[in-house]
Order: sequence, then C-alpha cells, then structure tokens
Amino acid sequence: MTEYTLRGQVAIVGVAESALGKTPDRTVLSLQQEAALGALDDAGLALSDVDGLFVSGYQYAERPAVLTAEYLGIQPRYLESTNLGGSGFVAAVERAGAAIAAGLCETVLICYGSTQYSSRTRALGGRPPEWSYQFEVPHGPALPLSAYALAATRHMYLYGTTSEQLAEVAVAARQWAMRNPKALRRAPLTVDEVLASPLISSPLRGLDCCLVTDGGGAVVVTSAERARTLRRQPVYLLGSGIATTHEAITNMPELTETPARASGALAFARAGVRPHEVDVVEVYDSFTITVVLTLEDLGFCRTGEGGAFVSGGRIAPDGDFPLNTSGGGLSYTHPGMFGIFLLIEAVRQLRSDCGERQVANARTALCHGTGGQLSTAATVILGREA
Amino acid sequence: MSLPLPLPTIDPDTQPFWDGARRGALLIQRCRDCGRPQFFPRPRCVRCGGSIAWIEASGEGRVYSYTVVHRAPHESLVPLVPYVVALVDLAEGVRMMSRVRAADSGVVQIGAAVRVAFERVSDEVTLPLFEVVGP
Repeated sequence: MTEYTLRGQVAIVGVAESALGKTPDRTVLSLQQEAALGALDDAGLALSDVDGLFVSGYQYAERPAVLTAEYLGIQPRYLESTNLGGSGFVAAVERAGAAIAAGLCETVLICYGSTQYSSRTRALGGRPPEWSYQFEVPHGPALPLSAYALAATRHMYLYGTTSEQLAEVAVAARQWAMRNPKALRRAPLTVDEVLASPLISSPLRGLDCCLVTDGGGAVVVTSAERARTLRRQPVYLLGSGIATTHEAITNMPELTETPARASGALAFARAGVRPHEVDVVEVYDSFTITVVLTLEDLGFCRTGEGGAFVSGGRIAPDGDFPLNTSGGGLSYTHPGMFGIFLLIEAVRQLRSDCGERQVANARTALCHGTGGQLSTAATVILGREA
Repeated sequence: MSLPLPLPTIDPDTQPFWDGARRGALLIQRCRDCGRPQFFPRPRCVRCGGSIAWIEASGEGRVYSYTVVHRAPHESLVPLVPYVVALVDLAEGVRMMSRVRAADSGVVQIGAAVRVAFERVSDEVTLPLFEVVGP
C-alpha cells in the first residue's frame, strides 16, 4: 500500500503570465523568461532562489529545461522536461512537490512559452504518421480535433447531448473572459453564434475549439515551511493524481470514459476533499466536449448528465458552479498547452486577486489538465489552508 | 484513383499488416496462448505476454463512432471534403480508424454495418477503408 505524503507539504507561492495573444517579435524563451521573472517577483523570490526547473514544450528543443536554464542563466540541481501534453503543467505540481519533499530541491520554477500563433506551427494534421498514428493519419482525421469530435459523437449517441449544450460551454467561457482584462476574446457571444460557426470535424464547430495564441506562464512551488515566510498567501497542494489510458484515440477503451476518472479519484482521495467542497474549478477546455467529459469523470455530475449540467448558466458568472473563470482556452488564451494557465487562475482565485471575476469565499480549487487525444489527465486540488 | 495522402511510416512491427493490405487481406493479431485479439500490431500479447499469430479478419464490423471532416488537415484531402472518419469495431473484437467511403455522409451512423474495401495509394501502401453495407 502506498501512502501519499504531499498533502499540505508544498505550496504555490508565485504565478505570472508573459505577454499573451500575438507576439511576433518574441521568442519562446523570452516569453518564458518574462513569465518566470514575473512569477518570482510575485513570490518575492529571485532567480538565485530557484534550484529546480520544470519546462515542458515541444517542437523547439530536445531538452527544454536545459535550454531554458541556460537562457535564464541558472544552474538548477533538479530538471524535468516530461511532456504529457495539456495535462503536463498540472502534473508538474505533483512532481515538483515530490522533488521538494524528497529533499532534491527546495524551490521549483515551472514555466512554459509558445509562439505557436506567430510561427504558425499549429496544424490540424499535426501528428506524424508513425507508431500507432500510422493507422490514423493516412485516413485524414484533423488531429487532435477529430479525436475529440469522435468522443462528442459517441456522447451524443449514448446520452442525447446536444450541440446547443456544447455551445453553452463556449458562451459561459466568453462571459468569464469579458470580466478578464487579459482575455483575447471579450465580445459577447451567443449559443446561436456558436451554432452558426462552420463545422470543422462534426459535431465540433469553429467556436467549439480553443484559441491559437502566443504566450507563456510560470508558477513557483516551494516547501510549505518556506512558503509561510514569503510575501503572498500560500496556495497549498492538497491532493493530486495523474493517469493515462492511451495515446492515439483508436486505442481509448471507451470514448466517454477519460483518464480524468482515475486522476480525479486519486486527487480527491489524497486531498480528503469531496467534489461539492470545491469552490472553483479550472479544467482544460481544448474543445467544448472536453469540459463535459471532464466534469462527469471528476464526479461533479453523473455520467451522461454533463450536457445538462453545463446548461442554463450554471457554469457562467453568477451561476452556482464557477468554472474556467479566466475565460479558459476558449476565450482567454491558448498558446498550445493551457495547463499552466489553469494553475495561475486557480491561485489568483484562492488569493482573491481576481477583481470583477472573483469567486466569493474561494478556499478550495481544482485544476484538471487533459493532454493529447484525451490521452493523459492530471488533477490537483489546491487550498488556502494546508 | 491515387490519393497523395500522408503515407504511414511502416516499421518492423507493422510491416506484415501493410503487406497484407497490399494483397487485399485485412490482418490482425491473436495471442497463441490466451487467444486475445490485438490491434495495432506488436510482437507480444499485451494481456499475457504470449506470442502472437497473424490472422486474416473477416473485414466485417460496425461503426463505434464517426466524425465528418469539413476542414482537411492535408492539402491532398481537400478534394474529398466532407469525408467520414470512423472508428470501426471489427467482428473479431478489435477497433480501427478508417475513412468510410459513402456517397452521402448521412448514411454513416453509430452501429452501421461496414465491410472492408482496399484503396491503393502508392506502390507500397494500400489503405484498408470501409463501406457501409447495412444499418
């Protein structure tokens, strides 16, 4: 029997974004540097305090953490570049916690940057036709979008989920984004407008899909003991879980049963928290269907009821289930992998830094990342008290 | 008709599958020890670690899910838009992704009966596709 020993032992003490949106004069590394310095400043720390560095990324480097360490001018004693896709940064909190608890390092900088908008590296056919993908790519799926579309078709077939219900996810995200000055898309959006956007891979339409932007973000994690000596309210790690069920969508056992079931169950059990005790929820909204599947699999509603759950304004501002309060990948920003921004927003909510979009009395938050083609999942539960 | 699609990067594990497709046979694997069917190809059974045998599948299956692609991910696919990409559960108990050939994409529904057809796309590669044969 394994025992989880991280509960309350580490905390997030600093968060920041870099410039977001369109940054044609910036590099991946300069965005990381900007976010890193911002997060350290938020924490009241300096680069010289960083002895652990986690950088996940793709396409631009073989050893992202090493390249970033060189660029930042630091020589950390713990480095990690594991890439789980969109769940990666949520997973990194667990790994950073484990490294700190094991005495391998004391203060971890987790950072990310991407210029995928300006460098036009996001392509719908974005998987090489090799390994298990050799049996998919030649058939023409628009990946990763078509993988999520296949799950959406199946969910609609089994449970009667509708395109209108999926559109509600995009509309609620926009309503939150209208309260976030840093969000890219802030014009009002209606369900009818989502339904009128062009089909890309049915049943998913253009406005069911996350944005393509540039940008970076960073998070600083340290021991709970050190966190209590720093400038800001510590946000403690209470529980975490990581899971995978497949890489390519063909090999997902059931399209409506995501690895969020396993990662969520681990995180809730380890935290000793139940779903109704979470005040604010930040889940990866790569596509609208991702949110419906994730909320079901985390246990916030029953399997098959996700479509009804997200409807009627429940997840919008003033609804009773504050979800993706930054505006999410659908309306705030989405530079390739959104995970770091889930953490940034959850920390800000727990510190009451969110101004117009602040969730009243937010004491416990959940972040959930989804990577690949519903392939990987990572959940963390964070709290104001250890 | 020749389709200049992104072609599979064939490797030693998968060469027999593509060799079979080129001669019009849909090959999957079955464990010699526990009998579990397996796809995609690997040299050992993922359940028991046993050795595998290649078998020819019936080519009959049903649609598990599908999507109609309206924005082609590759220039060569633009003339086919909109086209159907499905996950097909074969009668033998394995799942494959396949484009489904259909004059009208509306006939492709979850549960629809499909049968394999083969489309030669290069000297080395013949793609197994599926066609709807019943509701």
